[in-house]
Amino acid sequence: MTTQTKIEKIETAVVSRRMFLVGTGAASIGVAFGPLTKRALAAMSPYQATAWVTIGTDNSITIVSPASEMGQGSMTSVPVLIAEELDADWRRVRFASAPDNQPKVYGNPVWGNTMTTYGSGTIRGYYEKARIAGAQARKVLLWNASQAWKVPVGELTTEPNMVVHKASGRKISYGELAKTAKVPDPLPEATKDDLKPAAQFRLIGKDHGRAEVPTKVNGKAKFGIDTQMPNMLYASVLLPPVQGEKPASIDDAAAKAIKGVMKIVPVERAWGTGTGIAIIGETPWATMKAKKALKVTWTTDAKARSYDSAKVAKDNLALAADMSNAGVSLKKEGGDAAAAIAGAAKTITVEVTSDHLSHVPMEPLNATAIVKDGKCDVWASNQSPTSLKGICAKMLGMKPEDVTIHSTFLGGGFGRRSEGDDAALAALIAKEVPGRPVKMIWIREDDIANDLFRPLSAQRIDVGLDAQNNIVGWRHRIVAESIFARNNPFFFNNILKGKDLVATVGNELKYEVPAFESQYIRTDRGVAVGAWRGIAEGYTKLAIESAIEQIARTKGQDSVAYRISLLREQPRAVKVIEATAKMAKWGSKLPEGHALGIAYSDSNECHSAVVAECSVDRASGQIKVHHMWAVVDPGVAVQPRNAAVQMEGAMIFGLGAALRDQINIEKGEVQESNFHEYKPLRMSEIPPIDVKVMPSGDKPGGMGEPGVSPVAPAISNAIAALTGKYLRQLPMLPERVKAALA
Amino acid sequence: MTAFTINGKSVDVAADPDTPLLWVIREHLKMTGTKFGCGIAQCGACTVHIDGQPARSCSTQLQAVAGKNITTIEGLSNGHLHPLQAAWIAEQVPQCGYCQSGQLMTAAALLAKNPKPTRDQIVAAMDGNICRCGTYSHIIKAVQRASRSMEKQASAGAKRAEAAPATTTR
Repeated sequence: MTTQTKIEKIETAVVSRRMFLVGTGAASIGVAFGPLTKRALAAMSPYQATAWVTIGTDNSITIVSPASEMGQGSMTSVPVLIAEELDADWRRVRFASAPDNQPKVYGNPVWGNTMTTYGSGTIRGYYEKARIAGAQARKVLLWNASQAWKVPVGELTTEPNMVVHKASGRKISYGELAKTAKVPDPLPEATKDDLKPAAQFRLIGKDHGRAEVPTKVNGKAKFGIDTQMPNMLYASVLLPPVQGEKPASIDDAAAKAIKGVMKIVPVERAWGTGTGIAIIGETPWATMKAKKALKVTWTTDAKARSYDSAKVAKDNLALAADMSNAGVSLKKEGGDAAAAIAGAAKTITVEVTSDHLSHVPMEPLNATAIVKDGKCDVWASNQSPTSLKGICAKMLGMKPEDVTIHSTFLGGGFGRRSEGDDAALAALIAKEVPGRPVKMIWIREDDIANDLFRPLSAQRIDVGLDAQNNIVGWRHRIVAESIFARNNPFFFNNILKGKDLVATVGNELKYEVPAFESQYIRTDRGVAVGAWRGIAEGYTKLAIESAIEQIARTKGQDSVAYRISLLREQPRAVKVIEATAKMAKWGSKLPEGHALGIAYSDSNECHSAVVAECSVDRASGQIKVHHMWAVVDPGVAVQPRNAAVQMEGAMIFGLGAALRDQINIEKGEVQESNFHEYKPLRMSEIPPIDVKVMPSGDKPGGMGEPGVSPVAPAISNAIAALTGKYLRQLPMLPERVKAALA
Repeated sequence: MTAFTINGKSVDVAADPDTPLLWVIREHLKMTGTKFGCGIAQCGACTVHIDGQPARSCSTQLQAVAGKNITTIEGLSNGHLHPLQAAWIAEQVPQCGYCQSGQLMTAAALLAKNPKPTRDQIVAAMDGNICRCGTYSHIIKAVQRASRSMEKQASAGAKRAEAAPATTTR
């Protein structure tokens, strides 16, 4: 997340100029779209097709998929959008990935037309752009048929992979047309008005097998760590135990004596997060053994040395409570919230903390790089070729255009692969052995200790109530480190004006309140934080939904009915809440000691609700989640089954974060090292989960993240129903639960 | 040099005898379907079969497999899809897919030993394999589907054998 945010200026994807290119010999045509500059047009040889759509004379349709594929299904869903308007036969569709250097053509409009896949932004960004690309390619084919048959374009229609002239009964396949296709002049325009009405969708809203699944059952799918190159070397990295430190002395005699070790050099991490030591060698094992044999003393002057996460949580809560520090105002709506709260008959105060979390994608961070003749090539699992290009160029002292990013499948991203610190490190290491590819592999311990963690946040919501317990004012304060202040200070200070979306998003309310304000109080204590699936919603929704729950209980109202009463202007929200309650049989009799809790979230322009059935062992404080039900309205579900599966997976991600996941930092050192200490949920720990996808037909939201945020509050609210106590510390560890219930 | 058989092929590897089998498979033999996840036998991404038994290749030294028979995901099927692989596709199990080689190898070892596992038996057998995308419920369905299809194949095979006149093979 280096350069763009969704609230800032969105460069609209206007397809102003396009090129239609005829391949020679290759017997295929390519259609390139996008706002190409004159220079780009001049530089582009007519024989180099850069295109969204390539039609083979074998009637195959190759469609460019511009987004990273990390399991969320974008590799398939964007081509579905293009194929829909192109009227392609889906069985004939093949997939190609976009190059890294034409963001203006392939970039995501919600991220300023950069090549980035995060923030559940792919469908949100490409829903229109990709369909317009498909519509335009179809027009090019229609034009070619009209030329061949000497009939007006207006008399032509299409069937899947086929142009049809009804009047004469003639038909020609797209593949047949490709054999003689020419460049239309002028090029046909395609706009929003050319797009099909939803009722005519043939592909959108239907389940198609995900393109790459067959390669993921036989070991053939290539992830970044699978990169193999002739003459390749390997690297391990010993990173400082505390962020921001450097080696003070290195004794590498024993390490160098290990067979296969070639070179041991200091290597700098991005953003001043410290300097590590790279071991370059002929086999991964040699470099891993040498890493253990290194004797290093580290500097001890980093700011993070004084970082104790338990204490930081307390400090942050104190900051949240200190009203003399107004922080940065994120949003104000309605009346003066502070005055309304000050003058209220009664106030409710909600204090919430969330500990650091690690992403732990199953593929540990790694990258392969080669530096040669002032240029660098990087092969990496990544969520943003644009970010990787930028950070590699910066660390190498090169121009971005001299860095080429080759993207692979990602063995999990979850936000961790959006910044490229792994790629930059590999590039710097490769610079030490010019001309030789180097694969840098982080072991799991590196991956956890050097993560860009979810921020350790504290929040305080003060709600003013009148004598009837109606809300008169709502103030939400969020204390956390900033992501953007680290990775792009200029952008943070001058464009965002000190607001950090990743650290604070989700505080805005769909619930009606007469006076609202949210504030961000930034901390800066030397521990780098980053985007973690669901970003701040993973904690802001707990604060909001726990506050709403407490008000409902104070009023003596049913949790579902009270929420609905505050959502009069939000019919989509009401529908998902009602549907989830119905699915979970809200209000029916449960086993002794069980209760239901509900939470709503508007994450990523979707509307979703989760009901959790929970019990708690009061002696140990252990919560058991017996069942979860969810309904999500993503607006449009491009692939409905996949949307449901994303919801389920994100809920499991959220369940771990709610109950167990926790990174502890003591004196700047991360305490958890591997999966025996930081424990992702296993199969036996997953309750039954029922998900219903209920698209309203409204503007599409993103489905990668919405499942995360409602889980923790649904659980917390179930415990409130059982015990009257509100669990507001993430994760809800047994000892914390026990203390809260005592 | 350490000699062993992998996916039916004899190999002789020149690597330090203490090298984890995982790195030998991935970086010496360039078969990258077997994945590195944790290096301490906690996640199962590196699961292979050694003489038919599921094993964590990250925690098995090269010297321990001298003379043994190893099967990796690349060798799970011989030109056709293993029923588990077909079931994994039918149930659209993989998301990021990184852990799935290990999941499949663990499931294959389970079905080889217990062709009709109960749900609880599936969960017990698969509990050592971590999936960060949360595909667990779909893995269970896919194992059940594969179990059913293997049973059908077996009974079809048995019927064919009954119907066909006895023949001798060379």
